[in-house]
Amino acid sequence: MTPSWIALIVLAIAAAGFVLARMRALGAARREARRLHSLPNYYGWTAAIYAAGPALLLLAIWLVAQPVATRGLVWPVLESSAAEGAVPSLMMADVQRLAAGLEDAIDTGRLTREAAQALPPEELRDTMAARGVALGSDVTLATRDAALRWLRLSGIGDLGRAIAVIGLAIAGAVWGVSRAKPDFRARNAVERAMRGVLIGAALIAILTTLGIVLALIFNTIEFFRLYPAAEFFFGTTWSPSFGGGSELGILPLLWGTLYISIIALLVAVPIGLFAAIYLAEYAHRNVRAWAKPMLEMLAGIPTIVYGLFALLTVGPLLVEAFGRGGFLGLGWMQGGTAVMTAGLVMGIMLIPFVSSLSDDIINAVPQALRDGSLGLGATRSETIRQVVLPAALPGIVGAVLLAASRAIGETMIVVLGAGAAARLSMNPFDAMTTVTAKIVSQLTGDADFSSPEALVAFALGMTLFVITLALNVVALWIVRRYREQYE
Amino acid sequence: MTDIPTDTGSPAERPAPKGGSLLVTDARTKRRNRAETRFKSYGIAALAVGVAFLVALLWAILSNGLTAFTQTYVQLDVPLLEEKLDKDGDRDPAKIAKVSTFGYKPLIEAALVDLVAREGLDTDIEDKALTKILSDAAAADIRDRVLATPDLIGQTVSFEVLASSRVDGYLKGRVSRESLARDKNLDAAHLDLVDALREAGAIEKRFNWAFITGADASDSRPEQAGIGVAMLGSLFMMLVVLILSLPIGVAASIYLEEFAPQNRLTDLIEVNISNLAAVPSIVFGILGLAVFIQFMHLPQSAPLVGGLVLTLMTLPTIIISTRAALKSVPPSIRNAALGVGASKMQAVTHHVLPLAMPGILTGTILGLAQALGETAPLLLIGMVGYIATNYPDGVAEGFLSPNSAMPAQIYEWAKRADPAFYERAWGGIIVLLVFLLAMNLIAVLLRRRFERRW
Repeated sequence: MTPSWIALIVLAIAAAGFVLARMRALGAARREARRLHSLPNYYGWTAAIYAAGPALLLLAIWLVAQPVATRGLVWPVLESSAAEGAVPSLMMADVQRLAAGLEDAIDTGRLTREAAQALPPEELRDTMAARGVALGSDVTLATRDAALRWLRLSGIGDLGRAIAVIGLAIAGAVWGVSRAKPDFRARNAVERAMRGVLIGAALIAILTTLGIVLALIFNTIEFFRLYPAAEFFFGTTWSPSFGGGSELGILPLLWGTLYISIIALLVAVPIGLFAAIYLAEYAHRNVRAWAKPMLEMLAGIPTIVYGLFALLTVGPLLVEAFGRGGFLGLGWMQGGTAVMTAGLVMGIMLIPFVSSLSDDIINAVPQALRDGSLGLGATRSETIRQVVLPAALPGIVGAVLLAASRAIGETMIVVLGAGAAARLSMNPFDAMTTVTAKIVSQLTGDADFSSPEALVAFALGMTLFVITLALNVVALWIVRRYREQYE
Repeated sequence: MTDIPTDTGSPAERPAPKGGSLLVTDARTKRRNRAETRFKSYGIAALAVGVAFLVALLWAILSNGLTAFTQTYVQLDVPLLEEKLDKDGDRDPAKIAKVSTFGYKPLIEAALVDLVAREGLDTDIEDKALTKILSDAAAADIRDRVLATPDLIGQTVSFEVLASSRVDGYLKGRVSRESLARDKNLDAAHLDLVDALREAGAIEKRFNWAFITGADASDSRPEQAGIGVAMLGSLFMMLVVLILSLPIGVAASIYLEEFAPQNRLTDLIEVNISNLAAVPSIVFGILGLAVFIQFMHLPQSAPLVGGLVLTLMTLPTIIISTRAALKSVPPSIRNAALGVGASKMQAVTHHVLPLAMPGILTGTILGLAQALGETAPLLLIGMVGYIATNYPDGVAEGFLSPNSAMPAQIYEWAKRADPAFYERAWGGIIVLLVFLLAMNLIAVLLRRRFERRW
């Protein structure tokens, strides 16, 4: 029985439970709803929840657990014959494909279980290939046995699943119906269950963080088992080669990331800050009404657009100015992709971040401070520079830190605009690469997840996660503290 | 007013007051005023630069991308010879299908030679090289038409076939005679012929519906590439995001805003949500790769996986805006409901939630818009590098079979070597931005229409 059929049966049981419990409660109250503690539907819902809730939960857990358990039980069959350096996950994948192919053959009646057992392994591969099942390597005796064992175990598992889940659903429904009496506080029970669902939804945030951290940590540990941590953190060369003998030092990537972020902030902070000051302190209401949404439009544009803008518009323009034979005659730039290209475009992207956050913060400075300064005879710019900005400074620092964390984590602009060469250079017109760009290049395609060249992406992701998280925590802490100051 | 000095007395008689005249601005005030003007002009300049960047960006998008919406077609009268396409003459579809596109090529070549001769154009291009002005897709197109209606065989049928990407580029100003000097695909002579044929009306540019509805094409046929299939992939992804993130986001927000006690767990959830909102999107891609593909063995490149990853990414945004919407419903509503005997849960579901719904929907639409344009996580779960040439067969296929998504398709085109694909990428961006603009517009209208001031 497939999981979707089981789920449908469970839902049918729940529906039946709903009807029965509602009828029973109403019957006990002699069809007078006011003799019940709760509205009749609540009695129905109790039974439905008792029936479907635990059963579906069990089904979900079973679906995740069964393959893991089966894999654990089948592995001993393979282990003895596993060649040196064979990848367990690939071998298991072969076993699973073979098992699926055999099951299909048995289901359609072309093969009996006994015949499959007797089939020589050499023929299996061709038989399967003829049926459209591609196997990675030759079928050995162990693979065949493992596949047959897999088939048997998963058959037992599937049967057990159907019995356990449907049994649980029936038991829940019976219990729910038996409790449907007038003095049963059905509404409270339903609301407790609803509350449980709400808490579960809220916990997804924690689960996501946990998932991120676990996914990063496990793969990072795996990476450090294959590649020394010291060389990763202090190595100055980045030259991965999937053939082996690669050097995976993070320093050139960190340098590229920092360099691009610094240029981006050099563009975004002055423009964003001055725009925010103008909008908050000088601009007429009408100007503000159209200028602010226009700036914020920059924030709504997807980063792929900025990436394309960097690659196809800004890059060639910069080459025309700074490249060999450009009209400035400097010859600093070799190609369109460079730190400058990515930094400039990223700066444009960050302007609205800086400006709208700073705008909020400047507006939060109490008017009394301004009035006091203006009353003493200061001009507006003096008020801003000497009163408003110092008061808003912590918040602005927070905004800049948030923008920096954005810049460090930005991917599409650097993938398209910064180039692919990892180098430690001071020239902003050189192509360099960043942590995020390398995560993309190491993980796209059908990478084999057991090689250090692919696993390094998780270590890079971990570094990125830690840096941006630290920046965010500090920035949010500063902003929050600042807010409290004037509340 | 006695302090105001008059100009009548000579300076010698009346010594200037120490601070100078109030009517004459002194040097210090002038300096301060200049500083004031300067400071203000910095602000205006910053704003102007910001707006100028926006204008430059939009200009780059429109000027490069609008050409993707027109395409060059050649009007050809192709003789569908029976002895080539259906030797037995019994119109058996299985036999007709046996004739590959190579069987159609000579027919097209003949039609082109015939067209050139009929228009009385003389050219020194060999007959064989003449077809270079047509797309490789032309033969396949005609074959599909013939397979659909076998009765066409034996007649001379007028087809509109795609011109090759270089001819298209020439008519759009992307390809020039100079740039063709090192190009082995097309000569200047071809361009002369194209000019003449255009004069004669056999070649024309038309609106390119195929770009909006079509599928991606291989590297060598940029003129055929369209964004339609990727659009469908994005649609399926957005469905997953909507179905998952709206209920989960609303449930989480209701708990945090209405029920959560002040304790460690609540604090932990709140900190988590605000931090997740700022985690780089690529990290969510890593999460999706490790959890959904490596661990749970869900199919790679499937819109379902993309939707799951984008759901996790947009949840914090949706939770934050939903909480703001719930917060804006005044407590008096809750108190009134509780006062007439509703439970807390009933007060929330019957009264607070419906009143907050416009705000929640606005936030959700904005979250979806953000998810629609997101690219980085999709790169990691394999939605790039997959050439989306086929429409999914059904709804289940749509969720589970490999597909691309609009931003991933744009990235894919931007990476290809042929500049003709860049035009497609810009055009794709226009399509994407139209969707985003529409979603934002709906959100704004929703807010305008239903926003309530209490």
